[in-house]
Amino acid sequence: MTRFVMVIDTRTCIGCGDCVVACKIENNVPAGLNRDWVVEATRGTYPDLKTEFRSERCNHCSNATCVTLCPTGASHHWNDTNIVLVDADKCTGCKACIAACPYDARFVMHPGGYIDKCTFCHHRVEKGLDPACVSTCPTGCMHFGSLDDPHSKVSHLLKTREYKTLKPETGNDPNVYYLI
Amino acid sequence: MFEELLVTARDNALIDPGLHIWTWEVAMYLFLGGLTAGIMIFAALMTLRNKEEVAPFATMRLALLAPIVLSIGMTTLFLDLEHKLFVYRFYTSFQITSPMSWGAWILIFIYPISILQIFSTLRSGFSPLALFVDRSSIGTLALDWCERYRREIAMAVIPFAVVLGIYTGILLSAFGARPFWNSGVLGVLFLVSGMSTAAALVVLMARQRSEKELFTWIDVILIAAEIGLVALSLISLASGSGQHIEALQSIMGGPYTYVFWVLFVGIGLLIPLLLEILDLSGVSKSLAMLAPVLVLIGGYALRQVVMDAGQESTWTNYSTQYSSELLQRLRESE
Repeated sequence: MTRFVMVIDTRTCIGCGDCVVACKIENNVPAGLNRDWVVEATRGTYPDLKTEFRSERCNHCSNATCVTLCPTGASHHWNDTNIVLVDADKCTGCKACIAACPYDARFVMHPGGYIDKCTFCHHRVEKGLDPACVSTCPTGCMHFGSLDDPHSKVSHLLKTREYKTLKPETGNDPNVYYLI
Repeated sequence: MFEELLVTARDNALIDPGLHIWTWEVAMYLFLGGLTAGIMIFAALMTLRNKEEVAPFATMRLALLAPIVLSIGMTTLFLDLEHKLFVYRFYTSFQITSPMSWGAWILIFIYPISILQIFSTLRSGFSPLALFVDRSSIGTLALDWCERYRREIAMAVIPFAVVLGIYTGILLSAFGARPFWNSGVLGVLFLVSGMSTAAALVVLMARQRSEKELFTWIDVILIAAEIGLVALSLISLASGSGQHIEALQSIMGGPYTYVFWVLFVGIGLLIPLLLEILDLSGVSKSLAMLAPVLVLIGGYALRQVVMDAGQESTWTNYSTQYSSELLQRLRESE
């Protein structure tokens, strides 16, 4: 399984939300629905506060419970990679995958009725391009690539920097990494 | 202080601010599916134990209700689907890791086996209907065959009905992302609750005193077992990880406290248990018909509260400043 990961540097992210706008434009996400979002996490007591910005989306988990619990096979791993996609022609809109996602990254497409979410812009990845959010980021804090290549930027970053993933204790094996 | 705030507009329908993807349609299906399982199990058990004299309704007529009740449940389940035209996709694949896929296929097997069960007692239970089937020679052959293999059919019904009753609970408990559901007891709890509601239905519909008494007895045992299972699920959550303990708060002081303790445990379990015991001991017969009605209400309340509290239980707790209503008002004022 080719492992595509996103590595986001929380130390250079300023929480501008350009990734969110880029996604909406690239993927024609309807008004009122969002495939990605930015979280501002604040810790401490004034004046000793520490703030972290995180651009979040589907984690394209290697062990994705949305895939294992989908009753029709609509939720699937794309082309033997960890990229999780939904085949709208197989989706009944039963919403099991929405309940199965510990990151609440999925939603019901309006007006379609099938389930939708971040695709890691697989249509761009196919052509060797970065996802729209990564290529738009004005601070260059977002990185995308394959972990199978030991010389890729993302492999290098994860070898040299401290990082975390979100809720790894769910066992889903998420593939969006945050440098801390 | 630790606060996680959504700083971009995220207001996904049914997801934010708390997950509320499933409403009464799914709760109703979970209830009616469990009731169907109970109906089929009791009809089969009464046949196997030759209870025609003591419990004629459950032995000869009850089974007819199974496909009717199940069809109502499947209709409400269909109403819940967001992509309705693609409902046939449940039957173009089998996903071994998805309890929902198992459920879809079990429902397909339940219908024919339920028809066999109905046919095996149709002549004695519903003679006008049997006369109608008997008009064609194939109908006569089918009725003859089902009557001859009545016991074998009853034995085959039980495992299918048990799986039907238990799978709805396993379906919910398989969602690791929803800590409130994440307990192995849920499958058995739903099965026992389904059987208890079916016993209550027999008490309501049977005419013979001996049958009402037998099923009141059965219901007392099942309610007692259900109380034990509810206690086990609560212990399982209370002794779990932080997420489980937090999930438990929704019925321990949180928004579902009254629905759970008053409507389900009080009105749905304890009061009917007391009324049934009073009825059996001959102390008070005046409220005898109230108990089974309360059991049915409690059965539905269980599904509704477990579904609601469960889908809201979560691993993420983001607060948001974004208000779609405010945005709408700003747009209108322009």
